[in-house]
Amino acid sequence: METSGEARAILTMTGIGKRFPGVRALDEVDFRLFPGEVHALMGENGAGKSTLIKVLTGVYDVDEGDIVLDGAPVRFTGPLQAQQAGVSTVYQEVNLCANLSVAENIHIGREPRRFGAIQWGELRRRSRHLLDGLGLDVDVSAPLGSLSLAVQQMVAIARAIDISAKVLILDEPTSSLDAGEVGQLFRVMRQLKGEGMAILFVSHFLDQVYEISDRMTVLRNGRRVGEYATRELSQLDLVSAMIGKELAALEELEEQPRRSLAALERDRPVVEAAGLGRNGAVAPFSLTIHRGEVVGLAGLLGSGRTEVARLLFGADRADAGALKVDGEPVNMRGPRTAMARDIAFCSENRRTEGLVAELTVRENIILALQAARGWSRPLPRRRQDELVDRYVKALRIVPANPEALVGQLSGGNQQKVLLARWLITEPRLLILDEPTRGIDVGAKAEIQRLVVTLSDGGMAVLFISAELEEVLRLSHKIAVLRDRRMVDELANDDEVTAERIMAIIASGNGTAPPEAPPGPHGPDVVVLGEEA
Amino acid sequence: MTAVPGTVANGRSRVLRPQQKYLPIFATLALLVLMYSAGVLRYDGFSDTQVVLNVFVDNAFLLVVAVGMTFVILTGGIDLSVGSVVALTTMLSASLLEERGWSPYLVLPLVLLLGALLGFGMGCIIHYFEIQPFIVTLAGMFLARGLCYTISTSSITISDPFWTSIAQQRFRFGGFFISASVVVALVVVAIGIYVLGYTRLGRNTYAIGGNPQSALLMGLPVARTRIAVYTISGFCSALGGVLLSFYMLSGNSGHGLGLELDAIAAVVIGGTLLTGGSGYLVGTVLGVLVLGLIQTIITFQGDLSSWWTKIVIGVLLFVFIVLQRAVTRRQR
Repeated sequence: METSGEARAILTMTGIGKRFPGVRALDEVDFRLFPGEVHALMGENGAGKSTLIKVLTGVYDVDEGDIVLDGAPVRFTGPLQAQQAGVSTVYQEVNLCANLSVAENIHIGREPRRFGAIQWGELRRRSRHLLDGLGLDVDVSAPLGSLSLAVQQMVAIARAIDISAKVLILDEPTSSLDAGEVGQLFRVMRQLKGEGMAILFVSHFLDQVYEISDRMTVLRNGRRVGEYATRELSQLDLVSAMIGKELAALEELEEQPRRSLAALERDRPVVEAAGLGRNGAVAPFSLTIHRGEVVGLAGLLGSGRTEVARLLFGADRADAGALKVDGEPVNMRGPRTAMARDIAFCSENRRTEGLVAELTVRENIILALQAARGWSRPLPRRRQDELVDRYVKALRIVPANPEALVGQLSGGNQQKVLLARWLITEPRLLILDEPTRGIDVGAKAEIQRLVVTLSDGGMAVLFISAELEEVLRLSHKIAVLRDRRMVDELANDDEVTAERIMAIIASGNGTAPPEAPPGPHGPDVVVLGEEA
Repeated sequence: MTAVPGTVANGRSRVLRPQQKYLPIFATLALLVLMYSAGVLRYDGFSDTQVVLNVFVDNAFLLVVAVGMTFVILTGGIDLSVGSVVALTTMLSASLLEERGWSPYLVLPLVLLLGALLGFGMGCIIHYFEIQPFIVTLAGMFLARGLCYTISTSSITISDPFWTSIAQQRFRFGGFFISASVVVALVVVAIGIYVLGYTRLGRNTYAIGGNPQSALLMGLPVARTRIAVYTISGFCSALGGVLLSFYMLSGNSGHGLGLELDAIAAVVIGGTLLTGGSGYLVGTVLGVLVLGLIQTIITFQGDLSSWWTKIVIGVLLFVFIVLQRAVTRRQR
């Protein structure tokens, strides 16, 4: 605030308050946005980031406070009005129509017309011009759905800019992008910033926030903690500001000595896969997971990590190899077989493959246990309440109300509900596919700590994450996947570093099987090749 | 390097897109050509151009109804009421003309307006009460069919001079002819193609079918568009009913039984996705022609029951739905 006190803020929000039944979502929040800056809005899940954005764009009514845009007080009644006044939002899920062409997606609702007829030539010409301006070479008549997610997001931004946006809000735009795509997005963001646009950026990736933002506002529990210049705030201070307590949780994990793999391997294996594979999904691999062992799967997006998990859980059927659970050969016919053998799978698509948004927290948590018992033996309500209560407390699910609808919870809390569902079945093997994606630091630390506690208690865990740090911190053993092939398996000792794993991912060069020779590709090429 | 993902996808789609986008239509066209060639080879007199024109003459009303249905299906909806609205229109027209002696110049706009109103009402219920189109239009179907029987349980013959003169109107050229209904149907198709391809209403229709949530967030008038497509469908049904009453010169509560299913079949065989967002009116025209040609072939064959039409349509529907699935899968 000291640096640009003389520059005029394009957007000022003062004393914003927003109440939901029983919750005070925003309380006296101030927020300012200057032209030509990227301003990160930081906070844990449920801190009020989304609410603030929704209040700003008119999705929610404002209960208290003022919004001033470009010197004039405004109060939008919906995203459309906000957009017309120059405040455009691009969400994590691209809100465009995949069936329409790129050009049409940019211009629909504002097509150039003559005598009521849409001028298709003009439409395409304008779109090409606009995308050229963003340094994007895309066939504007291609259907949007045929393009990569990053390009789709860029098209969404192009649409937002074209509606003469003064303020561009990017809500978690990088969650589903790989590194190369994030770079592409940041290049466009820098260009727009240079052109004087004010950009509000929300992301859970701290590194990205530090790379791109000039200033940040931190929210906690619906209140503003403060506004900081990015270069003056260390990551540690930022995280403390966000979660309001010292990073004891995370540090504790760091300190913990990794348990020796050798000791664990003496225990009996819970799952043994020998040459298990499925054509087109993942090449045959062998993997053993012991009692109390955490096995990490590392690899790029689309390298076959999820496919490995799906084979072990029986969500896809293997067409090669054998699987043994507890030393007994098992014919994995489907998830029901896996569940009967006490294998649980926490899917990465919590919205589409896991939770039922229309059911309550309690009902969602009970689902898997009830399914395992069979529907003819309903779980007594009192026992349900008891169990749910315990896990809501243990996982710190917010709101701590078992009767809240899951669809209304924030992403991190939904993830916890999904986790709770599988935990109450007391599985012997828990497969976690990207359990920490899109959730905040605090919840991340809690989930990580939980993994450690569970494995200490004897549970075998298969942990899949795109964040190498996380895999390194938690795993006893790491299997590396590349191009849908398991290229290496290494015991996680002190010599294993993120760099070494990245080198393996990049070159496929570990103790790689001879049929996977180290390719001549550089890392860049690998990223592209991984595109699903 | 950074721009590569876009260009890669771009290069790929430039090669594949033109075929893929129109693939279902080409499939229908190929089927049509195949059926026609088979007919010409097998039956004497099938090659007469009038045979093809008669397919249009006999199915003009279906074509008009299918145009309305295409709009609805493009938004991802369905309209089951069309057959009943057709029947109600024939019945109402016949009753007002013959039993009440109303002027045809009053009856014609009145029944068209009524059809549009019915569609408008169903559209409003579907949108504002967020009820599945299937249920709402099913209710509309029963309502309209029931209303027919309150007018009369028996058939009413139309002898109004205006009606009969249009019914007998023939546009002749080089020894061939088409009826006035065909002209009306083709005009409706032309207007439909224009609206879908070149107006905001049309493009919004595609957008809603593609992703209603996104359409709303992009600031498109979802409510207006959704209600409009059902209104269009209602209007087209009423117009189809008028054309059928020209064709039959009678009003009958039993007219258009199962017509909604024929219309849906024509739209689907024409390559429009039932999930919405993808399809073309040209395909619908081809779909109607396929249905008409099946009937013609079975008539020429002579010794087959007319129920074979239904059997062939059933098989074709299966084939085309599977084909669509295959195409959309490959696009992913």
